[in-house]
Amino acid sequence: MPLRTEEMLLNIGPHHPSTHGVFRVVVKVDGERITGAKSVLGYLHRGTEKICEDLNYTQIIPYSDRLDYLAGMLNNYAVVHSVETLMGIEVPERAEYLRIISMEFSRICSHLVWWGTFVLDLGATTPFVWAFRDREIIMQLLNELSGARMTFNYMRVGGVKWDAPEGWLAKIAEFIPEMRKKLKDYHTLVTNNEIFVKRIEGIGVYDAEKAIDYGITGPNLRGCGMDADLRKLQSYSAYDRFDFEVAVGKDGTIKDRYNVRMKEIETSLNIIEQAVKNIPEGEIMCNVPKLIRPKEGEVYTRLESSKGELGVHLVSKGKDKPYRIHFRRPSFINLQILEELLIGKTVADIPPILGAIDIVVGEVDG
Amino acid sequence: MAILAQPLTWLNLLLMVIFAAILLVILLVFVMYALYGERKVLGWIQVRNGPNRVGPGGLLQSVADVFKLLIKEDIVPRNVDRFLFYLAPIIAFTPAFAVLAIIPFSENLFFANSNVGLLYYGALSSLTITGILLAGWSSNNKYAIMGGMRSVAQMVSYEVPIILSFLGIALMAGSLNLIDIVNAQKAAGMWNIFPQILGFIVFVIAANAELNRTPFDLPEAENELVAGYFVEYSGFRWAFFMLTEYSYIFALSALMTVIYLGGWSAPFGLTFIPGIVWFIVKFLILVFYLFWVRATFPRVRIDHLMGFAWKVLIPLALLNVVVTATLKLFGII
Repeated sequence: MPLRTEEMLLNIGPHHPSTHGVFRVVVKVDGERITGAKSVLGYLHRGTEKICEDLNYTQIIPYSDRLDYLAGMLNNYAVVHSVETLMGIEVPERAEYLRIISMEFSRICSHLVWWGTFVLDLGATTPFVWAFRDREIIMQLLNELSGARMTFNYMRVGGVKWDAPEGWLAKIAEFIPEMRKKLKDYHTLVTNNEIFVKRIEGIGVYDAEKAIDYGITGPNLRGCGMDADLRKLQSYSAYDRFDFEVAVGKDGTIKDRYNVRMKEIETSLNIIEQAVKNIPEGEIMCNVPKLIRPKEGEVYTRLESSKGELGVHLVSKGKDKPYRIHFRRPSFINLQILEELLIGKTVADIPPILGAIDIVVGEVDG
Repeated sequence: MAILAQPLTWLNLLLMVIFAAILLVILLVFVMYALYGERKVLGWIQVRNGPNRVGPGGLLQSVADVFKLLIKEDIVPRNVDRFLFYLAPIIAFTPAFAVLAIIPFSENLFFANSNVGLLYYGALSSLTITGILLAGWSSNNKYAIMGGMRSVAQMVSYEVPIILSFLGIALMAGSLNLIDIVNAQKAAGMWNIFPQILGFIVFVIAANAELNRTPFDLPEAENELVAGYFVEYSGFRWAFFMLTEYSYIFALSALMTVIYLGGWSAPFGLTFIPGIVWFIVKFLILVFYLFWVRATFPRVRIDHLMGFAWKVLIPLALLNVVVTATLKLFGII
């Protein structure tokens, strides 16, 4: 006689160690097997887009830091880039190089946090501490540059706020080979660990077609074998002056996404190395009017953030404040596939599947 | 010293109680310093300091933690099954302490010279599962019940390879008596770890699972189940579960020392160092191994865990028994 079993509703989050902030997913489980999932968002919604309508353009920049708070520089750039595009401002070369250095550092920070927390979700505690140790060094470097560790508020329409302090570039040149050595340690500790490989096998798999249907971008898309990196495709800022390779996976497995992100750290280090070597002297800010007032019109600009395509849709009515600003937040869009990926898997698979998507709740909820 | 083997008189009862109390104190001190040591080892591997504030070098940190747990408010959630909720930590802890009775720490220092020592250990240690299941069930919490169920599945499965490894040992020594086992190793001039290397590997892995520690800490899998079966426990009841876990670290490491590493016998003829010192050294190496594994491994998944027990460990343990018996039959060992 078969045993009668009952389905159970299990509420994971908003206070749960592996939801990375206040994200909640309600799963229906039959024993350990998931038969249904519903994600609930909005616990960290701060209405950034609405707030921005009451702020002038320079005031929006610090708000953008708090979207994806693990990679603030990328958000800074998203805002200033859209305004610059709308106004047709040419940014000085040195400023673009400083922006690239800081953006790539932000990307490394974000990937390091991802690596640490993802492996922590699988129960290994040491990688997390190692990742945060190395991220700390980067945050110190960015602190010297901008005066803040996470919420930088560093970029301005037309350039950057501060020039690199004395000796800063030399410090970076020293840091890069050290970081490369540490990356090797990371691989020794985690990448080929039997348990780790087994844990992420056969879960969270999707192909490129499905990824495009869901609008997934970034490492999550490149893990499926799509060579889609806006740094190459659009070469915004000064990326066309750099020689780098885009990391691409193959089958859309979690392991692929893992490899893509780990390789992207190396890519970013390469880009920073080139930037430090070739950074030109000169101005860091071009002449922009005190009151930034783009002409009437709208623009959509995008860039490759650590999570995917970070887009800004800006509508201006010729005032010093935007009429409407919309952020295309990659965490939010990448997250939509979660419910589908969870069905049929076990409760123990929730943390790795969610973790591999790489969300930041600040960005999901906006 | 085999105090438990004396006839039951008032004097002996008093002595038993006193010795049990001494053992309990030793155990509690071990647990406190195992916690401290674990945090220090973790800190060391994870490039941080570990506890270093309370007392010199943080030595009193665990003492402070225990006092904190003692004076914490006793919270019992409204909808729990009260009786079982109170009972569960006690059921979990008692066998963890009781198994220590048969561990011989040195030639003269042991509590019971039992002829069924190994069997006693296997039988009593499986009682802890009851406590854990009761804790999961009575908490009336979904995470707790999942942790409890996992734990039962895991511990029942991993007990089989452990008992099968015991068989290899029993074949080697021709006895279940732990003192005889050590003496047999002494007489053979070789610790069981060498002829029983397969059994040892199976045992170490299964012991790790039996202890519910990383990489087999699924019942308390923090990232999925928050804290697993003791999610609703706090204060000293919670401390009892931690105490159980660390008592088993003590007991299993001591047992492994006895049955695989020759107990108190000295290697390389270094007999001028007393046996108890050798025992402690071997024991601490095994304890350190557990901490080391915890610091560097991720957690396995429940289905992999069960598959691993039934498809890998049990066949290996059986093979070990067959090989040992064959070798024994032909008088090779």
